[in-house]
Amino acid sequence: MTKQTVLYDTHQAMGARLVPFGGWDMPLHYGSQLEEHHQVRRDAGMFDVSHMTVVDIKGDGVKPLLRYLLANDVDKLKQKGKALYTCMLNETGGVVDDLIVYYLHDSWYRLVVNAGTTEKDLAWLAQKSETYDVNITPRRDLAMIAVQGPNARSKALPLMSDILCQAGADLKPFNAVSDGDWFLARTGYTGEDGFEIMLPGDQAASFWRQLHDAGVEPCGLGARDTLRLEAGMNLYGSDMDEETSPLESGLGWTIAWDPSERDFVGRSVLERQRNDPNRRRFIGLVLTGRGVLRNHLKLYDAEREVGEITSGGFAPTLERSIAFARVLPDIGETCEVEMRGKRLKAQVVKPPFVRNGKAVIDL
Amino acid sequence: MSNTPTDRRYAKSHEWIKDEGDGSYTIGITAHAQELLGDLVFVDLPEVGSQVEAGGDCAVVESVKAASDVYSPVTGEVIAINEALDGAPETINEDAYGSGWMFKVKVTDSGSMGELLDADGYDAVIAEEE
Repeated sequence: MTKQTVLYDTHQAMGARLVPFGGWDMPLHYGSQLEEHHQVRRDAGMFDVSHMTVVDIKGDGVKPLLRYLLANDVDKLKQKGKALYTCMLNETGGVVDDLIVYYLHDSWYRLVVNAGTTEKDLAWLAQKSETYDVNITPRRDLAMIAVQGPNARSKALPLMSDILCQAGADLKPFNAVSDGDWFLARTGYTGEDGFEIMLPGDQAASFWRQLHDAGVEPCGLGARDTLRLEAGMNLYGSDMDEETSPLESGLGWTIAWDPSERDFVGRSVLERQRNDPNRRRFIGLVLTGRGVLRNHLKLYDAEREVGEITSGGFAPTLERSIAFARVLPDIGETCEVEMRGKRLKAQVVKPPFVRNGKAVIDL
Repeated sequence: MSNTPTDRRYAKSHEWIKDEGDGSYTIGITAHAQELLGDLVFVDLPEVGSQVEAGGDCAVVESVKAASDVYSPVTGEVIAINEALDGAPETINEDAYGSGWMFKVKVTDSGSMGELLDADGYDAVIAEEE
């Protein structure tokens, strides 16, 4: 039985095509996925991301716990509301989940974890925190709406409380402010400016309507996927999972190696992998010709299989197909992808592909 | 209430075919097919002059979601293709039964035409799928 967010009826009323995703019935699109993509790149769109889970961890043990559980180091977070993107690893260096952690004060941090991994994450957190003085609370009472695009902030701010409107106007990227149970973060998953807003579930539908009246268009998971792919952002379960490490997933930058004495879960495996010349690389691909790169397509260098696409699709901003792939370390500047019995040439590039509405790779 | 046009016939694999009355037939995919596919981003059409066989794959429509073969409902020779689709594949999403047509065929063997469905028959196929 799939779950429904508090905005389910609103989505239906707005003509959404609803599909199962991560255990939830979520909007795929409200008519045209391509138009929703362009709406976010050019103006402002909104996504119901209430299927993701907000987890508050409070107590004297929270900082030592998170410095042990997360590959990035929450010790970097000194200012209230500051956010950090990180992986949570298992003992073999595989990714249990990728998440954002917010620092609220020394005994209160907030995590935002993926929908499909929530139960697993909560079990993992419970198991690993047994000897720490913490309380772990999934905030099922909160909804979450992402408002993204060049005009997202100017359209969303006037709809919020005076406190949030004022503080939100000066908010730096990857920072958040709160007002009661409202939590306003300048974060996102599209490569555009904007906010991710947590708010009490019973206020979500009216806020969504107000955003719509202000010219923010509803967007579904389809556009969310092409936007994040263009922005060079990984998708858990496709680009990394419990069998792959951040180093093989283009996420080496999220690992805090210093201080060297910080012994986080998975560290010893990552240390070995770090210097392994055979470690697989994570790359971006642009298809030179027509066609769409799809997940799991195999890549070749002449007759040698050199890797596999982890997530691919059509990039509406570039009008080309792009992908992420995990490949052997000695891959050249191009490779071939087998599609429908034919070999097509793909160019190896370094993601991101698009930032703030513009291509950042040479086509 | 169905919007499936009654002036043409349909294949179970979601193509429509319309008799133009001059020995030529126009072929496209149905509104139901484009809706399942989502926004189309590429269309590969057969070459003019090529032979197509009833039930044989002869074109590809590729959407944000998936690539899908298009099967010719009849056997014949391709006499025209809708070149406008090359730069505007979304035309099929917008008008699958009109300006989103894909190619025209001069039928050389009408033997397979009898298996095609009328609008009611096609609607029943869709209803069964859902």
